[in-house]
Amino acid sequence: MRRAAAVIATLVAAATGALAAEIPLDQRRPDSDFISADSRAMQNDDTANPAMLVLLDGETLWNTKAGAANRSCADCHGDAEKSMKGVAARYPAYASELGRPVDLAQQINLSRTMDQKAPAFAFESKELLALTVYIARQSRGMPVAIKEDAKAKSFIAAGRALFEQRQGQLNLSCAQCHDDNWGKTLAGNLIPQAMPTGYPIYRLEWQAVGSLQRRLRNCMSGMRAETYSFGAPELVDLEYYLMWRARGLPMEAPAVRP
Amino acid sequence: MARALIHVPPSAKRGEVIEIKTLISHVMETGYRIGVTGQPIPRDIIEDFVCTYNGEEVFRAKLYPAIAANPFISFFTIATESGTIAFSWTDQHGATQVQTAAITVE
Repeated sequence: MRRAAAVIATLVAAATGALAAEIPLDQRRPDSDFISADSRAMQNDDTANPAMLVLLDGETLWNTKAGAANRSCADCHGDAEKSMKGVAARYPAYASELGRPVDLAQQINLSRTMDQKAPAFAFESKELLALTVYIARQSRGMPVAIKEDAKAKSFIAAGRALFEQRQGQLNLSCAQCHDDNWGKTLAGNLIPQAMPTGYPIYRLEWQAVGSLQRRLRNCMSGMRAETYSFGAPELVDLEYYLMWRARGLPMEAPAVRP
Repeated sequence: MARALIHVPPSAKRGEVIEIKTLISHVMETGYRIGVTGQPIPRDIIEDFVCTYNGEEVFRAKLYPAIAANPFISFFTIATESGTIAFSWTDQHGATQVQTAAITVE
C-alpha cells in the first residue's frame, strides 16, 4: 500500500502537491443518495425508468444472430438472466487478448469481433449501449466485485493517479470534488462520491442512455481539460479505479441521473 | 415500431381507482436545436396520446415540443368492467402506434 501510494505521489506530485484523502469504506454511499427522491423513484420503477426501453432493444440484440459465425450472444451464453448475473459487477476486467483491462462495452465488442466474427459496434452506438444495459441489468443489487489482484494493480493505480491529478484550465482534479467536497453543492447540484455503480445511465440532461466514458468526458470538458477519446486506455483505467473504489456497493444499472 | 412499456394492473375490484403508466421511446426533437452541420434538426414529436377503455375514451393528452424524449404519461381511471385498455400515440406525421392491455374486473 505504501509503495503504491509512493508511486502515485511521484506521478502527481508536480500537479497536486498533496494527496486527497480517499473516502473511508464505511462512509461510501451510492450516487443515488445524491439525487432527488423523484429521480430515485423513476430509477427504481421499471415502468418509469426510460432505460428499460433500451433494455428491450438489448434483449432483442442478445438473441439476434450476427457476423460470419452466424451466432447470437444467446447461442453461446444462453439465458442472460442466469449467465450474465454478476458479470457487470466484475468489469472493467483484465483481457488477456489485449494485455490490458477492458470495460463491459469493450468486452461485448471483443466477443463480437472474435466469437461472432462481426464488426464491432461504435462507442456510444444505440446497439452497444442497449447490449450493455441489458447485461448490466442482470447484476442489479449485487455488490461490485472488483479485486485489486496482481494484473489489476498497475491499471487501478494509473486510474487513481488520473483521478487525483489536476487538469484543465480550471486546474481541478476529480478528487477535489468527489473525495474532498462530496455532499456539498456545485451549481445547485449535490456532488456525489463518484461511485459508478449505475452505468450505463439514463441521464435526464442527455434525454438518453450513455456510458461512464461519456460521463467522464463530460466532467473533463467541465474542468476545461482535453477529453480522452472513447475507448482510450486512460478512460478505462479511470473506470477501473472508480469501480474498485465502489467495491461492495450494490449495482444499480441502469440508473437514472439528473 | 417504437418501444412502449405499459403498466396496467392485471386485475382490480369494481369501482377501484387504478393507476396506469405508459412509457414510449421517442426522440421528441423540438425543432429548435442545431445539428453538427449547422442546420436545424427538424421537429419530430408525438402530438397526441389517447387511452380508451373498452372503446370509451378515458384519457387524452396533447404533447408539445417542451415534452422530454421518451414521454412518460401516468394517470388514474376507475375499473368498471373487464376488457381491453388501448393506448395510441400519434406523431406529427400522422403515424399511430397502438398497444393494448387486458384487465379483469371482479
